[in-house]
Amino acid sequence: MAHLQQHAVEQITEICNRYKNEGTPLMMILSDIQKEYGYIPLEVQELVSSLTGIPTSEIYGVVTFYSFFSLTPKGKYVIGVCLGTACYVKGSQLVLDKFEELLHIKPGETTEDGLFTLDALRCVGACAIAPAVSINGKVHPMVKVGDVEGIINELRSKEAK
Amino acid sequence: MIKIKSSEELISTHEKLASCLDKKFHCEDGKRAIVVCGGTGCLSSDSADLLERLQTLIKEKGLEDRVTANIVGCFGFCSQGPFVKIFPEETLYTKVKVSDAEEIIEKDIIGGEVVERLLFVDPQTKNRVARQHEINFYKLQKRDIALKGNAEINPEDINEAIGQGAFLALNRALHMSRQEVITEVLNSGLRGRGGAGFPTGRKWQFAYDVESEDKYVVCNGDEGDPGAFMDRSIIEGNPINVIEGMMIEAYAIGAKNGYFYIRAEYPIAVNRLKNAIKQCEEMGLLGDNILGTDFSFRCHIRLGAGAFVCGEETALLNSIEGQRGMPRPRPPFPAVKGLWGKPSVINNVETLANVPYILLHGAAAYAAIGTEKSKGTKVFALGGKVNNVGLVEVPMGITLRQLIFDIGGGIPNGKKFKAIQTGGPSGGCLTEKDLDTPIDYDNLIAAGSMMGSGGAIVMDEDNCMVDVAKFYMTFICDESCGKCSPCRIGTKRCLEILTKITDGKGTMQDLEELKSLANVIKSNSLCGLGQTAPNPILSTMNAFYDEYLAHIVDKKCPAHVCKSLMQYKILPEKCVGCGMCARNCPANTIHKTDKVPVGRPATLPLRVHEIDPTNCVKCGLCASNCKFGAVIKD
Repeated sequence: MAHLQQHAVEQITEICNRYKNEGTPLMMILSDIQKEYGYIPLEVQELVSSLTGIPTSEIYGVVTFYSFFSLTPKGKYVIGVCLGTACYVKGSQLVLDKFEELLHIKPGETTEDGLFTLDALRCVGACAIAPAVSINGKVHPMVKVGDVEGIINELRSKEAK
Repeated sequence: MIKIKSSEELISTHEKLASCLDKKFHCEDGKRAIVVCGGTGCLSSDSADLLERLQTLIKEKGLEDRVTANIVGCFGFCSQGPFVKIFPEETLYTKVKVSDAEEIIEKDIIGGEVVERLLFVDPQTKNRVARQHEINFYKLQKRDIALKGNAEINPEDINEAIGQGAFLALNRALHMSRQEVITEVLNSGLRGRGGAGFPTGRKWQFAYDVESEDKYVVCNGDEGDPGAFMDRSIIEGNPINVIEGMMIEAYAIGAKNGYFYIRAEYPIAVNRLKNAIKQCEEMGLLGDNILGTDFSFRCHIRLGAGAFVCGEETALLNSIEGQRGMPRPRPPFPAVKGLWGKPSVINNVETLANVPYILLHGAAAYAAIGTEKSKGTKVFALGGKVNNVGLVEVPMGITLRQLIFDIGGGIPNGKKFKAIQTGGPSGGCLTEKDLDTPIDYDNLIAAGSMMGSGGAIVMDEDNCMVDVAKFYMTFICDESCGKCSPCRIGTKRCLEILTKITDGKGTMQDLEELKSLANVIKSNSLCGLGQTAPNPILSTMNAFYDEYLAHIVDKKCPAHVCKSLMQYKILPEKCVGCGMCARNCPANTIHKTDKVPVGRPATLPLRVHEIDPTNCVKCGLCASNCKFGAVIKD
């Protein structure tokens, strides 16, 4: 726990305190930490364990069970390609393949520069505008294979500025 | 904000707000009203910016006393969004862009003239249609039960919901005994909209019959079926309606606390629900002694974290309790021993959205809609290869043909209808022969699929059914929680066999094994996820056995989807020799031959091209770049 920065310890303590009156607050605590930091490393799980009394093993079990929780940091732009049925039958697999090819990463991985994380999503409920791609939560409608390069370039040039 | 402390105050507030709403929609105070769709589909096409632009223009041009503009829930006709509707004329503009705002304000609001070019064009008659109810997509629908208030009222303003009659059903329920409320729901014939179709009233009765100080109601908003977005739209469009349904349920079974379990993927729905709960609390409609009775109730929200299995009710309860979302063996059923060991009823979002209608209009009025054993309406998320993609609410008993061809407008690009997949990863495919089957719970099961939560994905001749089965099996493998071995190991083996078949390495023995394995998983898994997981395999094998055979015996994929079983080819008689394919080929595997294209002089350097299959990666760029239709899949 030693190498967690002081303000992170304070913030996580504050998050745990938010749910003091809840009987089973673990999911809510983890959701808030994931939202705040983008990942939940082991040190943080140990801290949560000491604050809540829930064994670290149990916390680790929960973190690794749900796909929303991550043990490693995510990129600045999290690109999620929806592979729900409606998107899949409209060719979203090809869109995902293109992202993989251009970013040189597989779903679940992050580029070396820490800019992009690629995810294969399970239906974002935007089936009417399939294939859908979500970038940091904003859903982009009807993305075609030919659009992929432009999307990446746009985000890269945003960073260059 | 005013407090509503009694039945009388609710009715007088409702009457006041109803007349406000009436004035708004009928321009009685000389003010017209613009509403903009705030569903997920339209928001992703910048409808929030569009609304902001309209509001800015109204301010700039000093039109505040002539028109208002606000957001509403989903219009459902998502492929035509974003929508702008103008009252009192009820003019509906489709596919509106931010840049169209100026013209709408100038021409329609100031000039009083309809902006023709933004009206919906009927694909058959090519006529422009100005009113929503004149569009074919809406004609067969009945959008006033589960989707009540969607595309009409502002989902962020409780006053509009109350004006439309929210809480009147609760008020009526609170004047009845708890048993009478349950009997009313039983008599209505309402069945669970989450998929299994269990009678809602019976579920309530079980929990009512158990003596306990603490009981809980839980709303299942973990809409995980890929291809389904009904629950999302219902919450986004009219969150108060769902809250009211939950309150009626809570009163009936004797619960003081309710939990909404919503997917973390639905941030807009979560925010609207949070906002609605806050407004209800401020008005005293949630909290202690609601409407002056001794009924007290509080709502809480819990977010999912991306696990499909949490849609299974006992897994969902574990997730709320802060554990891994793994199902519990049943019995004991949640109605006896549920959340934190207390009697609990878990109902789907759409089920709860039906409840206020039943209490307000009576069981008989509700039961008059639908078929003998499936009452009311059902919301479907119509998607895939169909012209009118979107969210539809139809009375039970309409046929699949009406759903796909009348409401859905048929298959795009003149392609042939192949199948409609209902019930998501737990359901099956229905084909041509089932098109005239009236949609209800029992008919769909008899036809080899199921109602499911309401995803309805249309597939055309370009979809490979073996690939579809493989797609669902990949999904299930990822989402199996791993608790029981038939599901954990069995689905993995199924996926391996399906991959073998789509790679062209399958044998007839594999097919036999796949079938027997599927049946073992079905009968031995612990929860609904595993028990229904083989359905996509069994149903595609049943309806499209010849496609499996084509993959195994002929080593061909008839729909040209499975990459290992297809190749790209250039038709020499169509190739003009432009070389677009070769320039775009990432594998550098397209070459010139020495053949002169048909009808071209040999003096030009144009020559027919050819694909060398040895290096082809089958990306399809040649086909998408050929303007002459000379590249085909074989």
